[in-house]
Amino acid sequence: MKTTHLRVIAVAALAFLFVSCSAPSEAITVKGSDTMVPLGQRWAEIYMKEHPQTTIQVTGGGSGTGIAALINGTTQICEASRPMKPEEKNSVKDQRKAEAVETPVALDALAVYLNKQNPIEHLTMQQVGQIFRGEITNWKDVGGPNGAIVLYGRENNSGTYVFFKEHVLANADFAERYQALPGTAAVINAVTKDPAGVGYGGIGYAKDVKTIAIAKDATSDPVAPKMENVLDNSYPLSRQLFWYTAGAPSGDIKNFVDWVLSPEGQRIVSEVGYYPLKPEAAATQN
Amino acid sequence: MKTKFRNSERELKPATTFRPNVDPNVVAGVSPRSQFRHAIDRLAEILISGVAFFTIAVIFLIFVYVGKEALPLVWGTSDGATIASPFTGPFTWQPVSTVPKYNVFPLILGTLKVTLIAMLLGTPLALAAALYTAEFAPGRIREWIKPAIELLAGIPSVVLGSFALLVLASWVQDAFGIVYRLNALTAGIALALAIIPIIYTISEDALTAVPRLYREASLALGASKAQTAVRVVFPSAIPGIAAAIILGFGRAIGETMIVLMVSGNSAILSLDPALPVRTLSATIAAEMAEVVVGSGHYRILFFIGTLLFLITAVLNWVGDRFNRRLRERLFGSS
Repeated sequence: MKTTHLRVIAVAALAFLFVSCSAPSEAITVKGSDTMVPLGQRWAEIYMKEHPQTTIQVTGGGSGTGIAALINGTTQICEASRPMKPEEKNSVKDQRKAEAVETPVALDALAVYLNKQNPIEHLTMQQVGQIFRGEITNWKDVGGPNGAIVLYGRENNSGTYVFFKEHVLANADFAERYQALPGTAAVINAVTKDPAGVGYGGIGYAKDVKTIAIAKDATSDPVAPKMENVLDNSYPLSRQLFWYTAGAPSGDIKNFVDWVLSPEGQRIVSEVGYYPLKPEAAATQN
Repeated sequence: MKTKFRNSERELKPATTFRPNVDPNVVAGVSPRSQFRHAIDRLAEILISGVAFFTIAVIFLIFVYVGKEALPLVWGTSDGATIASPFTGPFTWQPVSTVPKYNVFPLILGTLKVTLIAMLLGTPLALAAALYTAEFAPGRIREWIKPAIELLAGIPSVVLGSFALLVLASWVQDAFGIVYRLNALTAGIALALAIIPIIYTISEDALTAVPRLYREASLALGASKAQTAVRVVFPSAIPGIAAAIILGFGRAIGETMIVLMVSGNSAILSLDPALPVRTLSATIAAEMAEVVVGSGHYRILFFIGTLLFLITAVLNWVGDRFNRRLRERLFGSS
C-alpha cells in the first residue's frame, strides 16, 4: 500500500513536472493527507469555478508524503492531518530557505455513537479498538448489559474509516461482522434504531444518539466530544487539519488560503464533513 | 392438446408476416404520393433498426469498457493485485488494509443468498396474484388490482430501500428476534417487493393470453374453475411465466440501492439469513466513487462488474434455453 502511494505520487509528480513545464499558467499544487483529499478537492473545485484563471491540483498519499514533497519543493501546499515535527520544519528551512508556515484550515473529531438506551457513558480508546476489531463482542465486557455488540461504520474508502482504523484499531482490520453503511447519516440512523448498536462519525451528525466520552487509556479521565475539548485537543479522537507552505503564502496561493479561511471556505469544511475553525460556522452544520 | 396448439400457431403466422406496401412495382406504378409514402416507410424501418443496433452496440461497448478496466489484472497491477486475488487468500473482503484482501466468494455467496430469498418470497406471491387476477377476480377488482401492483414497479428503489431501512427492518428484527437489524432476510424481503410487480405483470399477461377455448374446453369436460386455472391455463402460460421469473431474477441480482441500504454490507461467508450480507453490486456502488483510479482495488471492482455481467448473462442464457426447451415440450418445435 505504501509503495503504491509512493508510485502514485511519483507519477503524479512527474505528470505535474511535465504539465508545469509545458503550460505557463500558474498551477497551485496541493499534496498530502489522504483524509484531507476530499476537502482539498472540494475547495479546489469551487475555487477554480470562481477563479477560472487558476489551476489547482490536489493529490493524496498521506501527510508524510505531503511533508516530504514540501521539503523537496514538489508541492506548494502540503496537507497534513498532524502537526509537523521540529526536524521536518528544520528540513524545510534547510532545503527551501524559508520557514514552514502552519495554517490550521479545519478541525476534525470523531465521536463514538451509542443508542440512547445503552447505559454506557464512557469507554477507553483500547476498549473501542477491541470492540471494532471484534475482540469484545458482548456489552457486558465493557460494563453494559448482557447482549451482542452490533458494529456500524463507514465504507472502506471513507476518510473517516481510514482515520478510525489508523487511530483506534491500530491499523488492524475491522471485524468481519462490521456493517459498512453509506454515509454517516446512515450510521446515525442505524444506531438510533438498534439498542445494541455502536457507530462512529463526526460529532456534527450526532442527533438522537448518545456520544460517549473517551479516555486516552485506563488511567486517564474520559473526555466528552465537545467543541472546547476538540479545540484544546483533550478529546482523544480530535485533531486539527493543517496546510503547510514554505514561507508565508503569497500571490495566488495566498488568495486561495485566504479564501479557504473565509466563511465560504469554512462552510465547505462543514459540507465535506469536517469542523470549521470557528464554532459559529459549526452551528449551521446539520 | 398438442395439435390444438399447432393449429393456433399456424393460424397466427400469416398475421405476423403481413406487410403493407410490399410490392415496389405496384407502388411505383400508382402515384408519386404513395411512392413518397413508401420512402417514408423505408426510412422509418432503417431508423428503427438503427436504434436497435445502437442499443446493442452500447451494451456491447459498456461490457468492453468494464472488461478493459479490469484487464490489467491479468498481468498484475503495481500494488500486487492480480486476476487470482479475487479467488485466493482468506474468505474476507478487506480492500483497505495493510494487506488488502480481495476475496469475492463472500460477495458472490451474499448476492446469491439475498437473490434466492427474494425469489423464494416474491415468485409464489407474484404468481398467485397473477393467477388470481387472470382467472378468479371479477372484472372490476381486476381493473383495480393490476394497476395497483404495477404502480409498485414505479417506486424508485431508493424509496423502497428507505422504507425497508426505517420500517421493515424493525418489523423483521422483532418478528424473528434477530440480533442484526440489517440482515440478508430483510434485504431479501425488500428485494422481493421490487421484483413482485415485474413477475406479476408479465405472468399475468401470459395467463390472459391463453386462448379462451382452453378454458371452455376444460370446463366443458367437467373440470372446476380452480382445476382449469391450475391444470390448464397455468401450464399453457409457462413460457411467459418463465420469462417473467428470469426477468425478476435479473432485477434481483443487479439491484443495488435496496441492498446497499438494508443489507448491512458485511462480507461474511455464511448461509445464515439472519446475518448482514454484502452483495457484488452494493460493493461496486459503495467503493467505486472514492477508489484511487488505476489502483488494484479499482481494477478488482471492475472485475466484479465483469463478473456480475457474466453471471447475469449466463443465467439469462440458461433461462432462455430452459424456456425454449419447455416451449418445445409443451407446444412442439416451432
